[in-house]
Amino acid sequence: MLNLPIYLDYSATTPVDPRVAEKMIPFLVEKFGNPASRSHSFGWETEAAVEEAREEVAKLVNADPKEIVWTSGATESNNLAIKGAAQFYAGKGKHLITVKTEHKAVLDTCRELERQGFDVSYLDVGDDGLLDLETFKAALRPDTILVSTMFVNNEIGVIQPIAEIGEICRGKGIVFHVDAAQATGKVAIDLATLKVDLMSFSAHKTYGPKGIGALYVRRKPRVRLNAQMHGGGHERGFRSGTLATHQIVGMGEAFRLARLEMGAENERIRRLRDRLLAGLSDIEQVYVNGDMTRRVPHNLNISFAYVEGESLLMAIKDLAVSSGSACTSASLEPSYVLRALGREDELAHSSIRFTIGRFTTEEQIDYAIKLLHDKIGRLRELSPLWEMVQDGVDLGTVQWAAH
Amino acid sequence: MFAPVYFDHNATTPIDPAVVDAMLPYLSAHFGNASSRHEYGRAARRAIDEARGRVAAALGAHASEVVFTSGGSEANNLLLKGAAARSRPGLLAVSAIEHPCVLKPAEQLAGTGWTLRTLPVDADGRVDVARFEAVLAQRPKIVSVMWANNETGVQQDIEALAAMAARAGACFHTDAVQAVGKLPVDFRRLNTAGVQAMTVSAHKIGGPKGAGALLLDKRLDVAPLIAGGGHERGLRSGTENVAAIVGFGVACELAAARREEHARTTLALRRRLEDGLRGLGATLFGQRAERLPNTAFFAFPGIDGETLVGQLDRAGYAVASGAACSSSNPEPSHVLRAMGVAPDLARGALRVSLGGGNTAADVDGFLDSLRVTLARLHGLTAMAR
Amino acid sequence: MSYSVKVLDHYENPRNVGSFGKEEEGVATGMVGAPACGDVMKLQIKVGKGGVIEDAKFKTYGCGSAIASSSLVTEWVKGKTIDQALTIKNTQIAEELALPPVKIHCSILAEDAIKAAVADYKKKHSDSVVV
Repeated sequence: MLNLPIYLDYSATTPVDPRVAEKMIPFLVEKFGNPASRSHSFGWETEAAVEEAREEVAKLVNADPKEIVWTSGATESNNLAIKGAAQFYAGKGKHLITVKTEHKAVLDTCRELERQGFDVSYLDVGDDGLLDLETFKAALRPDTILVSTMFVNNEIGVIQPIAEIGEICRGKGIVFHVDAAQATGKVAIDLATLKVDLMSFSAHKTYGPKGIGALYVRRKPRVRLNAQMHGGGHERGFRSGTLATHQIVGMGEAFRLARLEMGAENERIRRLRDRLLAGLSDIEQVYVNGDMTRRVPHNLNISFAYVEGESLLMAIKDLAVSSGSACTSASLEPSYVLRALGREDELAHSSIRFTIGRFTTEEQIDYAIKLLHDKIGRLRELSPLWEMVQDGVDLGTVQWAAH
Repeated sequence: MFAPVYFDHNATTPIDPAVVDAMLPYLSAHFGNASSRHEYGRAARRAIDEARGRVAAALGAHASEVVFTSGGSEANNLLLKGAAARSRPGLLAVSAIEHPCVLKPAEQLAGTGWTLRTLPVDADGRVDVARFEAVLAQRPKIVSVMWANNETGVQQDIEALAAMAARAGACFHTDAVQAVGKLPVDFRRLNTAGVQAMTVSAHKIGGPKGAGALLLDKRLDVAPLIAGGGHERGLRSGTENVAAIVGFGVACELAAARREEHARTTLALRRRLEDGLRGLGATLFGQRAERLPNTAFFAFPGIDGETLVGQLDRAGYAVASGAACSSSNPEPSHVLRAMGVAPDLARGALRVSLGGGNTAADVDGFLDSLRVTLARLHGLTAMAR
Repeated sequence: MSYSVKVLDHYENPRNVGSFGKEEEGVATGMVGAPACGDVMKLQIKVGKGGVIEDAKFKTYGCGSAIASSSLVTEWVKGKTIDQALTIKNTQIAEELALPPVKIHCSILAEDAIKAAVADYKKKHSDSVVV
C-alpha cells in the first residue's frame, strides 16, 4: 500500500536520511557543549565534531576544510558571498552580473546592492534555460567585480556552464560566486579544477537538516569578503554566532553519504525520471521545460497545456509537488523562471515540477503517471480552452475579455 | 568513567529530553519545507506557527512580534544593522559590557557614518545612570543595553533604562539571551516601558543551537540582514529551521514554567559556592549588584585563570574562563575591564554558571578540587619565586 | 491554500459541465477571463418561454474556486428569468462558497459570466424583446 501523498518535491527539501539523524542525535542529547568553549572537554568534544564535519563537506567538493565557512543555510551563504564580496571589492568597480533565473536569495540580494549604489546586469537565458556564453561575455565590463550564477536551477534542473564561466572570470580577475544548493550530490563538483571563488551549499537539499549551510571561500588565489554577521569572531571572523553542532554534524554526514553514493543513486533516479517522462509523453500537449541533456536526473518540469496550475495541483493532491519554486508558490504569479525561458503565462501557470530523490520508488512513479493521466483528462473536459483547441480555434486570435 | 560536572550553563545548556522528543519528528516524518503548499509543507508551517505562539506566550509577546533567526548573534546583528539601515546615520549607544555580537556590529556601524557612544558601568557592572542620561541628552537614535551579563550575571534595571531612552526618543533594544529562564520576562510590560526589541536564544534555555528570535515592536522599521524569499515577514529570508524552531518553542514554555524553581535552586547552590569561594580567598565580581541567580564570576589574586580551568577540567569540572565566545582570546575580559578590575586579577577570572542538573554535592566537590588545585598552584608560584 | 467544504464539493463533483450544441434554440454563451490571468469561464444558458433559464452548462479553466463559482452559478440560474439571474451578486457566491479574500475575483468572474451570457442572449433576441 502506498503512503499518500507521494513526495516528489526533493528540490524543495529532503527528509533527513536516517543515518544522518542517527549521527545527529548524540549531539542533541549528551554531547551538548558549545564548540567555542575552550576551557573544558564538553567544548573540545563538539569542536572536534565540527571540524570532522567540515572535512566531509570539503571532501565532497574537493576543497580544503579551511575554505569552508558554516552558515545557517544557502540563503545566508548567498547573502554573505554576494554582499561580502561586492562590499569588499567596491573600490575596484560597482558592476555585478547575475542571471534572471537565479534563486530569490541571489536576486533579492542583488536588488539590495542596487539600492546601495551597485549596478547589476540580469542576463537572459535561452529557451532551454541555459546561459549563453556569448551573452555572458558581452555583458562583461571593465568595472565588473562579481559574477553570480547558480550551478543547478531549482525549478528546471538545468546545469549552467560553470567551468566555462569560471575560466572567463578568472582571466579577467572577476570574483565568481556559484549557488550550488541544488547541485551537491547531483553533479560532481571539483573545486580544484573549477575556477570558482565562492560557492554556497545547503544541507537540507541533500538529506541533511535544515538550518545549516556553508560557504566555500577560496584561499588560492585568496578571495576576501566583508563579514555580514559580527560578534564572537567564529569561523575566522567570516560568520559569528554559536555553531549548531548537531546540524553541522548532520551536514557532514549527509555530504559524506552523497560523496559515497551519488554515482549509483543518480543512475537509479535517472531511470525513475525517464520512466515518468515516458509515462506522461502519450498525453497530448505536454511540454518539458528546460534542456533535457544538460540537466540533473532528478528534475522533470512539465507544462500541461489548457489546464490551470492551481486546479491541477488540487487534482493531484496525492502527489506532493511544486508549481513554480517552493519559496514563491504562495503567490499566484507565474514562475519567473519559466517566463525567462519565454514560456507563455498559460504554460507557466500549468507547469508542475517533479523532483525525484533517494526514497522515491518505481511504484510511486507508476502511481503518479496513472493519476496524471486521469486528472489531466478530467480537467481538460472542464476546460473551455481545450474545447476551443479541439474545435480548431487558434487561441492566439481570440479577443479575451480581460478584467 | 565518571561524568564531568557541567558548570557552564551560560555558554550553552543541555537540551531538555522533552525538547528533543518534540524535535525528532521534524527531522523524519514531518520534513517538509514550510513554504511548500502540499501537506508536507503545511505540516511544517503549522509547527512553526505553533512554536511562534509558544515563544510569544512564554515571553509575554504577541506571536506576530516574534522573528525567528539562527540564534542570538543574528538577532542582535539584525536589530542593530537593520534599524540603522532604515535611519539616517546618527548617534548609537551601547553599554561597554555588551556581548561581542552587539559590540562588533556597533563598531561596524561606526565605520559607516554612525557615531558610537559606549555607556560606562560602575565597579559592580551596572550602567552608570548619570552618564547614561548625559548620552541620552545627545539624542541617540539607537540604544542597546543587555539585560543580564553573560560573564558576571549582573542585571540592569532594563525597564528604567528603557523608559529613559524612550523619553529621549531613542529606539531601545535589549539582549535578553541570559535573562530568559532565569528572570521573569514579559515583553508586553517591557514594551510599554520603552523596550522596542529584545533578543532571545534557544540554546541557553534547554533548547537546541541554531534557533533564536528577535521580539520586535512592529512599529519599528527594520531592514533584513538576509534577503531572498521574504520569510519571517520579509525580515529574515531562508528556509525555516523547523526542528530547531519547534524545539525552541517547547524550551521557552518549559523555561517559563520552571523559572521560579530553577532560580530558587541555583541561587541556593550559588550561595553555598560563594561562601566556599570567599573562604578560599576569592574576589567575587558584581557582588553588590542584582545578579542572575545561577552565575558566579570570581578570581584568585596571583592565579592564572587558563591554568586553573585546565586543572579543574581534569578534576571533572567544566567551568569557563572569560566569556565562552572569546575564551580563545588571552586578553582579559572586556566586561571586567569596563568595571575597572585590574588586568592581572581579571586574567584569573573564572565563571561558574549553574543549571538544573547541578547539586550541592557537585558544589562541595568543586570546592574541594579547587582547594587542592589552588594549594598546588600557590606552591608552584612560591617555588617560582 | 485550504478550501472550504463547499468549494471542494463543487470541484470534485462539478454540476452541469459541458456545452450545448451551437445551433440549439435559446442558447446563449458568456465567455469571460483570459488565459494569461489564469481563469477563463464559459457559461451557457438555455432560455425558454418567458425568458426563463431552463438549463445551464459551464466549462472553466481556472483554480478550484473558479470551477466551484461557475458550477454554483449554473445551479443558481436554472429556473430564474434572465433578469432574475442578473440579480445574482458576486458577494452571494463568495459567501456561499466561503471564498478567502484572494479568491474573491473568482466570484466576480462568475457574476461577469452571467452578465455576459444574458447580454449574448439579449443581443441574439433583441428583435423579439417586447417593449
